[in-house]
Amino acid sequence: MTDAEPEALEESGAATDESGTEISAVSVADAVDDLSGEGLSGYNYAYLDEHTKREVRRAILKGIAIPGHQVPFASRPMPLARGWGTGGIQASLSLLGPDDAFKVIDQGSDESVNAANVRRLAETTADVETTTDATEADLIQTRHRIPEEVLDEDQILVLQVPITDALRKVDSSDAANRRRHAHANYGKMWVHLYENVVEWGEIQIAARYPAMVAGRYLMDPSPIPRWDVPKLDDADNLFVFAAGREARIYAVPPHTEVEPLAFEDEAFQVERFPDASCHSCGSTDTYLTEIETDEEDRLYVCNDTSFCLKRQDEPDLAKDHHLDREGVDWGPGTPGGPTVEGSAGESADKVATNGGDDA
Amino acid sequence: MTLLDASDLRRVYGDSCGDCVELTGDAAGTNQCPDCGAVVACADVSLDVEPGEVLGIVGESGSGKSSVAELLALERATDGQASGDVRLDGHDGNLLDADYETRHRLRNGAVGLVHQHVRDGLNLEFTGGGNVAEKLLAAGWRNYGDVRDRVRDLFAETEVPVERMDDPTETYSGGMQRRVQIARALATDPDVVILDEPTTGLDVSVQARVLDMFRRIQREEDVAAVVVSHDLGVVRLLADRTLVMRHGRVVETGLTDRVMEDPHHEYTQTLINSVI
Amino acid sequence: MTDVLTVEGLTKTFDMHALGDKQVVGLDDVSFTVRRGEFLAIVGESGSGKSSLLKCLYRTYEPTGGSTVYHPADVDLATCDDRTVMAIRDSTLGYASQFLDEIPRVPAIDVVARPLLERGTPAAQARDRARELLDALGLPEELWEAYPATFSGGERQRVNLAQALAPEPELLLLDEPTSALDPETRTAAIELLSESTDAETTVVGVFHDRDVVERVADRVAVLDGGELQRVVPVAEFAAEEEEEVVA
Repeated sequence: MTDAEPEALEESGAATDESGTEISAVSVADAVDDLSGEGLSGYNYAYLDEHTKREVRRAILKGIAIPGHQVPFASRPMPLARGWGTGGIQASLSLLGPDDAFKVIDQGSDESVNAANVRRLAETTADVETTTDATEADLIQTRHRIPEEVLDEDQILVLQVPITDALRKVDSSDAANRRRHAHANYGKMWVHLYENVVEWGEIQIAARYPAMVAGRYLMDPSPIPRWDVPKLDDADNLFVFAAGREARIYAVPPHTEVEPLAFEDEAFQVERFPDASCHSCGSTDTYLTEIETDEEDRLYVCNDTSFCLKRQDEPDLAKDHHLDREGVDWGPGTPGGPTVEGSAGESADKVATNGGDDA
Repeated sequence: MTLLDASDLRRVYGDSCGDCVELTGDAAGTNQCPDCGAVVACADVSLDVEPGEVLGIVGESGSGKSSVAELLALERATDGQASGDVRLDGHDGNLLDADYETRHRLRNGAVGLVHQHVRDGLNLEFTGGGNVAEKLLAAGWRNYGDVRDRVRDLFAETEVPVERMDDPTETYSGGMQRRVQIARALATDPDVVILDEPTTGLDVSVQARVLDMFRRIQREEDVAAVVVSHDLGVVRLLADRTLVMRHGRVVETGLTDRVMEDPHHEYTQTLINSVI
Repeated sequence: MTDVLTVEGLTKTFDMHALGDKQVVGLDDVSFTVRRGEFLAIVGESGSGKSSLLKCLYRTYEPTGGSTVYHPADVDLATCDDRTVMAIRDSTLGYASQFLDEIPRVPAIDVVARPLLERGTPAAQARDRARELLDALGLPEELWEAYPATFSGGERQRVNLAQALAPEPELLLLDEPTSALDPETRTAAIELLSESTDAETTVVGVFHDRDVVERVADRVAVLDGGELQRVVPVAEFAAEEEEEVVA
């Protein structure tokens, strides 16, 4: 667990922890009692041992070297269940240093229970500063969203991934899919898209939208909405995708081409929120979440809560306000991004249930 | 100028002892090696096909004709050993030695294959149109409208009702599934199409329709074809030249009418005389 | 060269493996020439080798000896390779067997049009020509779009003959093409054959009916037991037979 030799626990009870503080203990039970009293000071920096952190960083480096390619790693047991971000946490804890500022969001919110717990774990074991400000964070761990504000070359975004293989949708055999990735044989995914258009009249994939990375590997960008997929293309920051249960890590390095799959005549489209704006800050260019109030009214609010708070103070705050440059391409609502208002006139949720005309 | 030139095609299942080819074949009366038990599905098979020509391969079960079809279609040998030389006009080198990606590209371009068993050739959960579209998409078609148009044309050509295009393939009749396979094989305008038992398992009236449709397309598109069948009538109808196979070897070759009416080899004579 | 075909020492022996490798002689050392534009009739008793001869010329049977030089292509059909035979069959050599090869579910008119389509004739034109021929041979119009599988023997023969004539081959081999026809239709068929055999078309035909032979043939080749007895001008043949009858 730690690099230091385990301290011998003598009958007499004199033992010290790594900082030299004497622990008085006469039995294992007493020792454990003492430890819990001192928080997690019995653990290595950032909870994981150095070997694990090194392995994870090596996997990340491999992922950076082969953008979009899934790199296996030996995923460790973590103090939370699989499916709750164990991969993301391992990535974050392997990358964080004491000078870093760490932000955690879950579906766009810093305040969810899960996000709060992950933040607390990092605070306690890695002694890092935590923040809710995306522009201040060195490392952001996220579940299913990319922040509205532009990330720059000093920042890393760690995304939690449930299913790492985009091809799982079309074939449940991992062996067959690995072969397909090896040969860049993505025909079955294209048929899936074709069948999707046949059924809905347009490409109707809400999340986990398949995208080609650097023209070579097909990637599952995790369950981020389509809204966020354009942000992956030619970004300044590093994206790290980690799955603890599937034990895979992949990455999109800065300035990498990421192209969502689409037909020439059935283009990739982001979600549409026509005639809707955030109830709290009035934004019409952010990804909105629908809320039902106690009075059974339906409202829309910004999904990215921390940006929403900023916009409440300053309604026209640009997504690249914190940078020296202007007009940075960062998905919808930015100059290079896809148009926000669609022509069909239905939100993503509605389109998914209604279906479309047959082509 | 030969379109397809194959020589010394060989397919063996099981661990070969080295003498298998000598100990099996027509003279030996078996394809199973008496020493090691390996099965020599086919050996010493050589053939060639000119552009626009139809070659028939006829034989009973165990004759090796399906193994030959698979080798010609550059299918991956998942078990056993496969060897030989297959050359296609316009492509360099022995295609059996070509890498996965080259073979994949050829299978989605110059060579079409209609499998004997529908599950090998079609994904029954996809729509009929989707199965045909797969070929086009794998070949790089990226315009949805163009793909749809081509699929409609192919359905019309192969007499599959266009209004069924978006139904799952598992809801199609056997004859329709066979025709979708043919449409799929023809999708990218291949130079040669290989049909493995194209009418087996179909009702008689459906067989006639499939054959007639294929004859018409073959003539109109001037596509070369290799037709493998145990049904002499099918080969007689479609093929210009015919190979007769037995125990994994070719025992006779010639013009189809010559083989059918003036068979030389003892086995061919038996086969011809056995037709009801 | 005004000869179309030179047959020299043509021999065909069948090796019947099922009968203990019994050898059956179909043709033995047959030699004759066929002149351009002529109508050569082949006659003989049943089993004399008439059909075998035609099949050897068309290469449906592979001769076991001798040569059959086809002059327009300057090729020995008996020994040349398959592709050469195919090319000649596709262009200038035609053959009509006694029985129509049934192709399921193809209407009569398309059966007749097919050889033209194979040679690149536009579909409409091919069908027009098919109609012409079926009409000339007296096949009722209501049968033109029907499937020959249900036709009578005579109706099938008419389709067969029309199919053989359609592409206007240089050398046409006919095997008893009128055997199942009633006298009236036979006459019509013969008229048609005569009209077709102009200076450009040569016909070698097996006929059972003396009447027909005497009306259309230029020369007659008589086969007996696989051997060629003689080749004589038709007038001579007619006189010979009459003499025999009288005697």
